[in-house]
Amino acid sequence: MSTADQQDFYAAPGETSQGRVFTVTGQDWDSVTQSIGESAEERVVVNMGPQHPSTHGVLRLILELEGETVTEARCGIGYLHTGIEKNMEYRSWVQGVTFCTRMDYLSPFYNEATYVLGVERLLDIEDDIPEKAQVMRVLLMELNRISSHLVAIATGGMEIGALTVMTIGFRERELVLDLFELITGLRMNHGFIRPGGVAQDLPPGALDEIRDFIALMKKRLPEYAALCNANPIFKGRLVDVGHLDLAGCLALGLTGPVLRSTGYAWDLRKTQPYSGYEDYDFEVQTWDTCDSYGRFRIRLNEMSESLKIVEQCADRLAGLEGAPVMVGDKKIAWPSQLAIGSDGMGNSLDHIRRIMGESMEALIHHFKLVTEGFRVPAGQAYVPVESPRGELGAHVVSDGGTRPFRVHFRDPSFTNLQATSVMSEGGMVADVIVAIASIDPVMGGVDR
Amino acid sequence: MSDDKTDANKAARPAEERNLEAAKDKTGTPSGVEQPAPEQSPENVPAPTGEVRSVGVRHGMFGTSGTGDTSGYGGLVAAKVFPAPSQKPYGGWFDEVSGALEARLEATELTTAIESVVVHRGEITFHVRREDLPFVAQMLRDDEALRFELCSGVSGVHYPDDAGRELHAVYHFTSMTHNRRIRVEVTAPDSDPHIPSLVSIYPTLDWHERETYDMFGLIFDGHPALTRVLMPDDWPGHPQRKDYPLGGIPVEYKGASIPPPDQRRSYN
Repeated sequence: MSTADQQDFYAAPGETSQGRVFTVTGQDWDSVTQSIGESAEERVVVNMGPQHPSTHGVLRLILELEGETVTEARCGIGYLHTGIEKNMEYRSWVQGVTFCTRMDYLSPFYNEATYVLGVERLLDIEDDIPEKAQVMRVLLMELNRISSHLVAIATGGMEIGALTVMTIGFRERELVLDLFELITGLRMNHGFIRPGGVAQDLPPGALDEIRDFIALMKKRLPEYAALCNANPIFKGRLVDVGHLDLAGCLALGLTGPVLRSTGYAWDLRKTQPYSGYEDYDFEVQTWDTCDSYGRFRIRLNEMSESLKIVEQCADRLAGLEGAPVMVGDKKIAWPSQLAIGSDGMGNSLDHIRRIMGESMEALIHHFKLVTEGFRVPAGQAYVPVESPRGELGAHVVSDGGTRPFRVHFRDPSFTNLQATSVMSEGGMVADVIVAIASIDPVMGGVDR
Repeated sequence: MSDDKTDANKAARPAEERNLEAAKDKTGTPSGVEQPAPEQSPENVPAPTGEVRSVGVRHGMFGTSGTGDTSGYGGLVAAKVFPAPSQKPYGGWFDEVSGALEARLEATELTTAIESVVVHRGEITFHVRREDLPFVAQMLRDDEALRFELCSGVSGVHYPDDAGRELHAVYHFTSMTHNRRIRVEVTAPDSDPHIPSLVSIYPTLDWHERETYDMFGLIFDGHPALTRVLMPDDWPGHPQRKDYPLGGIPVEYKGASIPPPDQRRSYN
């Protein structure tokens, strides 16, 4: 612990004129409370985060407290800013997927999907995407919604002290990640949804694994309901906390479960369907309490709905064996093929034989398309998708070149986090944590 | 300039057609004669007014300069042209929205608020004069026939070669009542990067405008606290501008020096 009269490395001259500064490092609570008691000041400004187990990531909260009541709450963000949008301008359109998948790391497929849908609109190939690619995108997105909501509930539970919710949430999420690994090769950062379709066909045996997963989740999801829905401690922490009504949501631009917890059934999958969502049977989940508990119940119910969609996808994929997963246009679809070799997945030997031994033109085509990439006609597009956190959209601008001129992501975490102050001011410190957990911001998406 | 535009039109058209024939045509020298492309029949594309702005020039075929390009295409010069403004009717509900917007603007004698309307790939963009932006936004939100309740934020775009309109701010508005989405685009010159803030109308734009200021240096007049939001407070420059390099520091690796990404050989 240190006070203002000691040296504070992070305080600029004059910054400590507002009062005494206490630097809490843990295991020094006795001396801190003693010093605060001496100063006899009720108003305390607490800097919470950016490294704090309860702030849902590298989020910094600046809380002004009167006793235990929060009078002002402000967010400090930017700790995870990696310049992904800038980097994308220096890579080809296909490589852009590899960058944007890393933004909101809990829902990578949605980042990929909204970017790819924008590129496809500019390419004017929206109607040419093969059916199997569409179904696989929906399948992956809905599996991703389950895994993302599981983490939302798990970390939210952990932050209020419900560790069992956390452990079982991560247990089930692991099953989803196993499916991702089976289908795309990676647990996260997939880069799997590409302009024109998806990178690979379903591997053999994937459908059986998906069906096993559905059967297992049908048993396990009700366990969450049984554990939490009527749990008096859980309800005591969540009910009427983080209140935000419909007018507040629209003014602050909140979408997703927070908006639906006001009873308004706005879900882009229903209202402005993309990737063929109009062909699936599912219900938009709403709750009418405008609070954290409602958002929890919505997430829980949405997982069951997603499971329904995954089941329908699996049925469709069973009838689409061997169908193409990439557009037929050879000027867009990458010629490189992967195959299982003796040392795992790698370049297809047949393809290598063809470009290296048989056709010079095929080699040039492969080289040009992979290094230079395809051109996208000049223009701009915005195709938002309903991510687990709300409206996620990519404003894609092309100047007619082989690289994005500008891509800007409207990330729901970034927008929704603005509601922190209205949700938590006037409440208790402990409720700030619950309110933020109910927004479920992912800092990778907030800061990009 | 008018010659430029004709050339620009010619050069831009093949990019729209992705078949091989068109790609071959592109390598030929453009003649001065205006000829509509086959797919630009009225039922497919709203007739462009022909007034297209060049936002830059692309040299060569493959983006390399100097000795890198041995193909002989290095002398090609093509203008970068964005879709031209459209003429009425725009089709579908686009006409309802633009009609309602114009009717309200005429009532207030702000008839020049909308500079142009672009319909491209099924999306409609209203280019609005920056001084009239708050009025237009207020109307978009409150008018019975418009009701764009949700603003999905503002995205900046920097066109360094678009003289006098270098900085663009692009807003997306969603009408949940009518289930519609439109785009509003405002420009500002680099020498005077000011755009009126919309935070008082759409509070959600608070952080979005701060981000656009942070990344592009666009100053939103009337914003309650326009400070950086993602970059550190004392950061010099605005990273998303085109004149701001990516990286900029060569990296040493095993004795060799690897140039920053913006100085490596590129292909576009």
